[in-house]
Amino acid sequence: MTEFQEKSTVTARESLAGDVFRLTVQAPRIAAAAQPGQFVMVRTGDTLDPLLRRPLSIHQVLSDGRLRLLFKVVGKGTGLLAGLGPGLKIDLIGPLGRGFSLAPAGPACLVGGGMGMAPLYFLARRLLQVRPGPGDDQILLGARNRAELELPAAEFSGLGYRLHLATDDGSLGHHGLVPELLDDVLPSVRQVYVCGPYPMMRTVALKCRTAGVACQVSLETHMACGLGVCLGCAVAVAAGGYKHVCKDGPVFAADEVLWKM
Amino acid sequence: MENVIDQGGVDLRVRIGGLHLQNPVLTASGTFGYGRELTAFVNPARLGGIVAKGISLAPRPGNPPPRVVETACGMLNAIGLENVGVERFISDKLPFLRQTGTRVIVNILGDTVEEYGRLAGRLAGVEGIDALEVNISCPNVKKGGVAFGTVPETAAAVTMAVRAAVDVPVIVKLSPNVSDITVIARAVEAAGADAVSLINTLLGMAIDSRSRKPCLANVVGGLSGPAIKPVALRMVWQVARAVAIPVIGIGGIATAGDALEFLLAGATAVQVGTANFYQPRASEEIIDGIRDFLRQEGEPSVRNIIGQVRVDEQ
Repeated sequence: MTEFQEKSTVTARESLAGDVFRLTVQAPRIAAAAQPGQFVMVRTGDTLDPLLRRPLSIHQVLSDGRLRLLFKVVGKGTGLLAGLGPGLKIDLIGPLGRGFSLAPAGPACLVGGGMGMAPLYFLARRLLQVRPGPGDDQILLGARNRAELELPAAEFSGLGYRLHLATDDGSLGHHGLVPELLDDVLPSVRQVYVCGPYPMMRTVALKCRTAGVACQVSLETHMACGLGVCLGCAVAVAAGGYKHVCKDGPVFAADEVLWKM
Repeated sequence: MENVIDQGGVDLRVRIGGLHLQNPVLTASGTFGYGRELTAFVNPARLGGIVAKGISLAPRPGNPPPRVVETACGMLNAIGLENVGVERFISDKLPFLRQTGTRVIVNILGDTVEEYGRLAGRLAGVEGIDALEVNISCPNVKKGGVAFGTVPETAAAVTMAVRAAVDVPVIVKLSPNVSDITVIARAVEAAGADAVSLINTLLGMAIDSRSRKPCLANVVGGLSGPAIKPVALRMVWQVARAVAIPVIGIGGIATAGDALEFLLAGATAVQVGTANFYQPRASEEIIDGIRDFLRQEGEPSVRNIIGQVRVDEQ
């Protein structure tokens, strides 16, 4: 696996909704090697606080060596990233981890909640490259409200996929949680890809298990290095013991994970 | 040794007992894996040495997550000594370490004095191991879980058990979670340690006020990173004056400036730890920075500055 450290230049910073931001950076070596579901470790500045890099999934790879990161400001580190403007430098390490395996035949369903939509967009685009078209593939997206969902939904639907939306407050699409949309879809799909908050992924994973549909989950944990040395990003697995999200994941077969109830 | 010319005319070689290092910069146990993980970013052959991830007789799965949490200028970890065990270390990990072109120091840990002795015995004579570093911060299961490293007698007992089992230099890694670290340092010196390395992590804690839960599943964990550097430096200075054996400085070293402080305080070598997590090239940059500093200062050898902190007589 090839990993690079790049002092990248920010080419665009967009405020999408409230505390959600999208950074576009020039990182040609990482962009060229990136696969859907992989992530980068981002240094938020040169000072010692925050100290550690932040893991962010790769949202999109553009053709000219740029890549996009989509994130919500949740603390000091992401706050600093949101303050970066065009022309400023950002230190990235990547692409890291094992991404989604592109399932061969049969309709797929991509399920994204909140910032979990980030890697799914890259995946949705890649799937269009390896298959003739969206066909019967479907995409389920959920967020807190219309403001957070509207723009991402427009981008996904621009790819030609059939979209089903849900918001916590009912301001767009189904009033409720995104896994509730899955029941109608599951009978007609062969593969589910999911990324979002832990309870949502657990629900989707269990629904898929019951229906006998293959499911891949993209997990998120605390992580100090992202490079396989700190061993901080452990996740309990059904077979016993732990795996590491940074190297064994972040994408796992849903049945491999020992889900906490 | 071979690399003197590569160091730009400055002699960076140091000696830890019988262990000769091409420069004084090592990577700390648990922050550099088994040597292979960070090779995309750092050339191991340039390092003074690699201290491998701590190993035990049997594999250990480690603690439940969350295992790490960031704190101001540092981080807490409770990894739980996850490791592959000595047999897989020898068969799967050592072959790569052996051909990195640098010194290989194997960090060992155990639950009982006997286990340390058996583990060291298993590693005795194994090709490609240049020294052992003994982690004595582990709980002593036969003594109610009190860490070996907090009691002079058990620290000495572990040291003797390891010393008796191997011919390579034995470095004892000291815990800072004691009232007087020089007492432990002297105890392990008397028990036959060839060197001491310090400090291991400082015991700490963090709480998420919203969930009212500890941030670590293990509740408490070890604090590392730049936040602990002043404490580590003070302890290195104290220990260097208390023992005759070499001292290896560890604790929040992220820049050449940090490393130079430890050398001046009396460390013969240093280990770079947490910095590897966020700046995997840190150790190489520190070697370059020490060389540049010595050149600017007109010092032909790094050995000229070890312990040379100028403390005014009171």
